[in-house]
This record gives sequence, structure tokens and C-alpha cells, in this order.
Amino acid sequence: MSAENTTPNDHANPAVDGSELIRFDKVTKRFGDNVVLDNLCFDVASGKHVTLIGPSGSGKTTILRLLMTLVKPDEGTIKVAGDYLTHEEKGGRLVPAGERHVREVRKSIGMVFQQFNLFPNMKVLRNITEAPVHVLGMGKDEAEERARELLELVGLTDQMDKHPSQLSGGQQQRVAIARALAMRPQVLLLDEVTSALDPELVAGVLDVLRDIAHTTDITMLCVTHEMGFARDISDDVLMFDEGRVIESGAPEKIFSEPEHDRTREFLSAVL
Amino acid sequence: MTDLTTGLWGLLFQGVWVTVQLTVLGAALGAFVAFVVGVARTNRLWIVRFLSGLYMEIFRGTSALVLMFWVFFVLPVAFGWQLVPMWAAVLSLGLTYGAYGSEIVRGALASVPPAQREAGIALNLTPWQRLRKIVLPQAWPGMIPPANNLLIELLKGTALVSVLGVGDIAFGASLVRNALGDSAPVYTIILVMYFVIAFVLTRGMRALERQAKANLGQAPERSGLFGKGRRSATSAAASIGGK
Repeated sequence: MSAENTTPNDHANPAVDGSELIRFDKVTKRFGDNVVLDNLCFDVASGKHVTLIGPSGSGKTTILRLLMTLVKPDEGTIKVAGDYLTHEEKGGRLVPAGERHVREVRKSIGMVFQQFNLFPNMKVLRNITEAPVHVLGMGKDEAEERARELLELVGLTDQMDKHPSQLSGGQQQRVAIARALAMRPQVLLLDEVTSALDPELVAGVLDVLRDIAHTTDITMLCVTHEMGFARDISDDVLMFDEGRVIESGAPEKIFSEPEHDRTREFLSAVL
Repeated sequence: MTDLTTGLWGLLFQGVWVTVQLTVLGAALGAFVAFVVGVARTNRLWIVRFLSGLYMEIFRGTSALVLMFWVFFVLPVAFGWQLVPMWAAVLSLGLTYGAYGSEIVRGALASVPPAQREAGIALNLTPWQRLRKIVLPQAWPGMIPPANNLLIELLKGTALVSVLGVGDIAFGASLVRNALGDSAPVYTIILVMYFVIAFVLTRGMRALERQAKANLGQAPERSGLFGKGRRSATSAAASIGGK
């Protein structure tokens, strides 16, 4: 894992060794005149857990939304497992990808949202089985069997016949985690997954995520304000400011002896 | 009232049957048109949005009565085929009320939070699967109350067909009035007939709404005459804690 911006820093982009699962290459994203991501380059190696930190508006969530194809980059390319995510090669040229290509590459990515976004028209079990059955073509029995296993993992087997609206926020978020895992993603994107929860419900969700981080080889990209959690699970931490990575490294280093003033300011404000 | 013979009552009840048929068939065609046009208006291709918007503007902006005349009298001249009055009426009503209904569908689709669509993308569902399995089921309960209004408008709109000589309630009533030479009794009777049909339709739509809300895990609000819906926990809590 390494990060690089237009301004050179200590973490030079390593030679392509094929181990990186995600590669951002000179990605720029603007919303109107506001440059959210500025010529961003970074890689994430397979199986790594990377946490993105930084002040709000620094572009962390936009990175996850770009990877989930919820927004499109204005410039640059994103690769997942060696394939272009938002582009495809036609006649030796890169053109914006069609829906079919995007769906093919996107199937290795799953996402958990800040507001859970469970489907209120489906009960808990069907929230989890719907996509495996209709997207992966899994048999209904197999999908339900697997959904039960996942509900056990997140500790909610007794809630599977309820509507999402009957669950607490913490329970809903654990169902959302199970729903994302049911698609067997290689990459799991976690977008401030505890920010909408009451304080006493945060620990339960973080415990589930710690468990997943320590027992699976799923690559995780995580935007969070829970610094203790970030320290526990991360292999690398990227500090963002104004659309750029200003500092990156192991969590011990970033949290204990940050090099950058901006990082120090940010950490003293949130810790 | 006592002057109405069994035969005259028969005319009115035949009329009721024709009005019910017109309402049901017109609503079926109208609902189909409303869904197709309403969904098309959210399509990502501008040409699909343009054509569906054009349809909606034209059929909403013209009168169902004139359209009925047009279908019945102009189509045969222009294309050489003649619809029976009943089908000309159903077609005109369905196309017109479908245009109104498309706005209900479009509005309800737009009311589903964009985050639901994003969750569908994150699970790699196709655009069609997102619409059918996520967005439409959530938009559906919100369509029912305005669709109920429209359905009752349609019921009353069926009275237009009497000008084509279709024997609906209004047509039956004019025959009865001519026979009796008195307007008051027969128009009072059909006033009640329309009301009863409308009331039955409303009860049906309320049942549909309760069912639709239950599918989303929501308790229906208590409302209307003889409503059976329980007050939801949230509204009960609000009325205790509120003010």
C-alpha cells in the first residue's frame, strides 16, 4: 500500500507487482467548482485493511463512492483486480464503461452505508438473500442457509423474520454487514458505519467488524471517526486533506508520531 | 319514486353494470399506461423521457370527451376501422386517466430515497431489478391514496360515455326521466348509486393501502369512515408526547 500525490512524498508509488487489488490513477473528482479529489493516486494490496481519516469534506467518502460506482471520476482511472472499473478498452482506446462491464467488475465490491439502507419492503432474511439469488443465481435454499450463517456471525439469528423498521440502528447495521458479505465481496467498503448509531450501539457493530477483519481475507476500505477501531484493524492509515493524501503509514506511526502538522491538528481534535 | 316500474329500475341497474365495467376496464388500461409512462419518465435516455413527457402533456391537456368523439368519429374516417362505443369509451378514458396517473407514479418513484437505489447498486442488481424489487414496492403505498382519487374521478368520468349512446347509469337515468317526465326522483337515485360505488372503491383501496404498508413494516394510520386501521405506535407516541 502506498500513496502518492502531485507533490512527491516519502511513499513513492511502487512498481506494479500485481498484488494491488485497487489502484487509483490520477483520479480527479469535482462537484461544481469544488475539487473533492485532486489527481489522487493510491493502491491497496489484496487482503489489507486501510482506514481513511481526515476532516469532513476531505474526499474520503467520495473515494468509497467512486469505487462503488455511485459517482464517476472526472479524470483518471480506477482499477480493481487489474480491470478498469469505470472504463473499458475498445480498439486500444479507453472509453467509459458500459453497464455490463461495470457490473462485471463491481461484483467483487461490497459496501456498508452510514444509514444502513436496508430495504424496508423485505424482511431481514430476504434483505440478505435477494441479491445472491437474483444476481449470483444462487438457489433459494442455499442463499437462506448462508444468510442464517451470516446472521449468526452478526448475532441476529432471532431477528430474521422481522422488518428492518422493527430493529434498532445497531441491529440494522449488523444486518447490512451480513447483506454485503452475502455477495462474497473481495473488497468491503465501510462508510462511517457507526456515525448514525446511538453511542451504546457502536461497540456491537465494531465487534462484528473486528471479527470479520481478523478472520477473513477480505480487503477493507474504511472511513471512520472511531480512531480506536482504526488502530485495531488497520494495516495502513491514510490521512486526507483537501482531496489529497498528505500522510500515510502504519496506524502506530500515524496515531503516535504523525509527521504532518495537519495530521497532528486533526488527531488532537478527534482523539 | 313510487312511479318507477320494475322495468325502469332494470334500466338503471343495467346502467350500474355498464358503469362498473367501464370503470374497471378504464382503470386497468389507465393503470397500465400510468406505470409505463410514469416509469419511462425516470429513464436515463432523454428521448424516452421526452416521448413519455409528450404523451402525458397531450393526453392530460385534451379533454376525455373530445378524445372519445375523436376515437369514435375520426378514427373510422382516418383509418377505416370502427370501434364499438364501449371500447372507444374505455380507450379514451384509459389513455386520459393513464396520463394523470403517470404523474402519480413518477412522483411516488421520486419519493423513494436515492440511498435505496445506491444500496441496490452496491448489491450489483440490474437497473430493472432495482426498479422492480426495491423502488416500485416502496413507491407503491404512496401511490394508492392519489390513485383512489383518480379512480373516483374516472368513475364519474364514465358518465361522458352516454353521449356515445353507451348505456351507463347516466344514460339509463335520462331514459327513465323521459319515461317519467320527472327529474327529481331518478337523479336522486343515481346520485346515491354513484356514491355507493365510489364508497365501495374507496374501501377496497384502503384495504390495498393497509396491505401495502404492512409489507413495509408500517402500521396504517386510522382514517376515513369506519376505518379499521390501528393508530401506529409512532403517532400514538406523538400524541402522548406531543404538544
